[in-house]
Amino acid sequence: MDDPAVIDKLQNATVGIAGAGGLGSNIAMALARAGVGRLVIVDFDEIEESNLNRQYYFLDQVGKSKLQMLKQNIDAAVRSCDVDIIERKLEAGAMSAPFGDVDVVVEALDAASTKVKFIEECLTDLDVPVVAASGVAGWGGSERVKLTRSGKLYLINDPESLSSDEGVLLAPKVGLLAHYQANTVLEIILGVEGGR
Amino acid sequence: MTIRVNGLKKDFVEGETISKLLKRMKYVFPMVIVKIDGELVQNEDFKATTFEDGAVIEVIHLTSGG
Repeated sequence: MDDPAVIDKLQNATVGIAGAGGLGSNIAMALARAGVGRLVIVDFDEIEESNLNRQYYFLDQVGKSKLQMLKQNIDAAVRSCDVDIIERKLEAGAMSAPFGDVDVVVEALDAASTKVKFIEECLTDLDVPVVAASGVAGWGGSERVKLTRSGKLYLINDPESLSSDEGVLLAPKVGLLAHYQANTVLEIILGVEGGR
Repeated sequence: MTIRVNGLKKDFVEGETISKLLKRMKYVFPMVIVKIDGELVQNEDFKATTFEDGAVIEVIHLTSGG
């Protein structure tokens, strides 16, 4: 069933995504398909073949800019999403700067130290919800993945997962957390009521 | 004279910093977000930040991968 109020709210929403790897590429595609009107995505990386076991890219895109290819892939999938790409590394002290006009920020970064710094800066500098993820490595254990909320911070977390330095990253588990993040973004934009 | 750390009741220690509390709790994760009574504490301030008796402290740890 199409709900005009839902379509309208999503079309008018802007979501910021920090990172276009396993989490970010899958979150962006899910939100674009769901009907979010505008995405602001920040990354600096190029696609490597080893990324393809979990990231939303294709063999013929290896060696190219993640952001340019993500925009191309989203444009090939849907008509309704404007994708603003910012190709740069997030520098400590100015990490929240690209996200001044978004409704929700999504943390989709890799290293734990960068995640913490980014979350700290966004919670301090911005007045919008931040949806983060931790514990993406491995497989199975889907029932361990939980959302914990602390004020403006929403963390999708598998507390028992190894870090990516010790564990393997694979599409199903990375995608599970990515889609949990995207689903949480929808709940923030649309409200909890009527979400069943 | 108690505080709550991630929902657990713990003794309040006068003058204890966040760094010392993390050691006491045996929280070995290197990367954490800490809030005292809902207020964020920056990592760089852990060594200098103390808290009051009755404080509610949240420690959220993050692992690498994305």
